[in-house]
Amino acid sequence: MKIVIPVDDNSIDSSVCQSFGRTPYFLIYDTESKNSVFLDNSAVASQGGAGIKAAQIIVDSKVSALLTPQCGENAAEVLKAANIKLYKTINACIKDNIDALNDGKLSLLEDIHPGFHGHGGN
Amino acid sequence: MKIAVLSGKGGTGKTLVSVNLASVAKESIYIDCDVEAPNGHLFFKPKNFVSESISIKIPILDEKLCSGCRKCVDFCKFNALAYIINKLIVFDDVCHSCGGCILFCPEKALSEKEKFIGKVYCGISENVTVITGILDTGESSGVPIIKKCINDFPAGREFTFIDCPPGSACIVMESIKDADYCILVAEPTLFGVHNLNMVYELVRLFNKPHSVVLNKCLEEENPAEKFCREKEIKILGKIPFDNELGTLNSNALISVRENPKYWDMFTAMLQIVAKEVEHETVTNT
Repeated sequence: MKIVIPVDDNSIDSSVCQSFGRTPYFLIYDTESKNSVFLDNSAVASQGGAGIKAAQIIVDSKVSALLTPQCGENAAEVLKAANIKLYKTINACIKDNIDALNDGKLSLLEDIHPGFHGHGGN
Repeated sequence: MKIAVLSGKGGTGKTLVSVNLASVAKESIYIDCDVEAPNGHLFFKPKNFVSESISIKIPILDEKLCSGCRKCVDFCKFNALAYIINKLIVFDDVCHSCGGCILFCPEKALSEKEKFIGKVYCGISENVTVITGILDTGESSGVPIIKKCINDFPAGREFTFIDCPPGSACIVMESIKDADYCILVAEPTLFGVHNLNMVYELVRLFNKPHSVVLNKCLEEENPAEKFCREKEIKILGKIPFDNELGTLNSNALISVRENPKYWDMFTAMLQIVAKEVEHETVTNT
């Protein structure tokens, strides 16, 4: 299964990014082959709708699940339309979260926030 | 002449200043551009307050015609469109109504539909024509309503006062864009100075002649006044932190219509503004 995590740098030793839409990189991780690929997030400098664009990038990379600390409602709508599952990360460590997912210990992200839309946030 | 009244935060006295200045003018137009929470009309209680619905244009898709080329998705700078599993999704609230996606669609699958976002009211209160924009709850941008308010008022009056929304964001820029003069209202606190600085930077960016009204002035030191002196900003007037004024205002009364001393205070301010704007007009030509 291919999963995606917003990350602060293009390294597996980096940390989970607090923002989904404006994360600098996405880690695409294959839980079977254990392959890692890092994608630049071209939505990072968007004037608006960063979550929508980031979600479009995720959908286009054909992943099955997103692991993230938080997600806005517009991005969640895109991801839902593409049947991508949203899991809530447990801490900032990328490996801990991948292990937790493999062990079935990650819970689904339920608290979708209404978005920041220029009013703070990341 | 168009005079915009603005401040970095809510509750500093924009409405107090603009309502009273509009009332001391012989004939004037008052435009409430604080479309998320307009309250100037509560003071004016205008007669024949009639409304007009305001709509914006947003794209609507004919799914049968969409080829999935994504030209619209790539074009939209605001990311109001996404193409997910052979289906285009339009986010109405993110759309800025530029119409670009419709122009770029090679299949003509996108067309415009009207979406109502609010209303503009117009009425009369003695010497003042009162115009008020109001944005529907849940809508994200009041800019189209402000545009309508400012562009549609009857021309030929001497003074137009634009009561701006608080802050220095897009809606404020839209409100001051065509103004001949800006009045910044400030509170006598450090927080007030921070907020004053925001709008001061904005009016300088827009190259607008401006001055400051110091509101809620006490006997003690006034950090906002100190800021004005340091930056050499003209102080248009000082409004005292005054129980009588506060009471009139909280009862939604127009102070200059109730007590001659307030009439004199605001008339003095208006005279300075009129002189300043004339001076600007002379020096700009």
